[in-house]
Amino acid sequence: MRDFTPGHAIVGGILIGLGIAVVLIGTGRIAGLSGITAGIVRPSSDDRGWRISFLVGALVVGAMFELASPATFDAAPPHPLWLVAISGVLVGLGTRLGNGCTSGHGLCGLGRFSKRSLIATCTFFGVAVITATVAARWL
Amino acid sequence: MNPIALLGGALFGAGVCISGMVRPSKVLGFLNFGGAWDASLLLVMASALVVSMITWRIVAKLRTPPFGTAFPEPPSPLVDARLVGGAAVFGVGWGLAGYCPGPALVSLVSGVTGSLVFCVAMLAGMFAIELNDHSNRPDG
Repeated sequence: MRDFTPGHAIVGGILIGLGIAVVLIGTGRIAGLSGITAGIVRPSSDDRGWRISFLVGALVVGAMFELASPATFDAAPPHPLWLVAISGVLVGLGTRLGNGCTSGHGLCGLGRFSKRSLIATCTFFGVAVITATVAARWL
Repeated sequence: MNPIALLGGALFGAGVCISGMVRPSKVLGFLNFGGAWDASLLLVMASALVVSMITWRIVAKLRTPPFGTAFPEPPSPLVDARLVGGAAVFGVGWGLAGYCPGPALVSLVSGVTGSLVFCVAMLAGMFAIELNDHSNRPDG
């Protein structure tokens, strides 16, 4: 297995879980990233404060990683920009229709054994594996 | 600013940076079963999920959140076409470019054009559904 980084994966995963835990235990909010983001762009939103705070925290730390170790991020996307744009629209539509993404369904929802989240997570993981495997071969 | 959410976001941001979730090439290395498979993402999800399970057990023992009004209602049992269809559309998007919402937003700080294009497109997609749901609501 090329590029297998188990230590970083486990430490990173625990930190992701702790970020969600702090918000859930502290404020009673489910920190699903698509939900947080959609709640900022939603026309009728009346609780943008905590959502913006969460994103500011994440981006400030991301900026520190960028300064300290630019290799944290890929220098270029894996595909041409038009394909990245299509992918972005699909992720935006899909996460709102399905009411959650990797963090909301995959971590928060599965963590409390939600049937909806289990079905959503199995669906998006399965479809993503098929898509990525086919795309790597044909695109 | 909400300091609790700020701290949560900071931990989340560190997690997606350290784990490699912010690198689409790393994510696709896991999602692509046809190449040299990289299992790292499975460990990211598994370790974060263990923390999430423990978190819900703590929540079950508390009455109210110390800095909030109430804990979430129990999850809805409703499984419908919108849930499955939406998750499938998300899966196609995630599998195509390797960006999911949180890591994509964090990777904006790298200044890479691809992550900016992705996030603008993602926000447009989210806004389209929010707008549609908003106008369909009877009390709109």
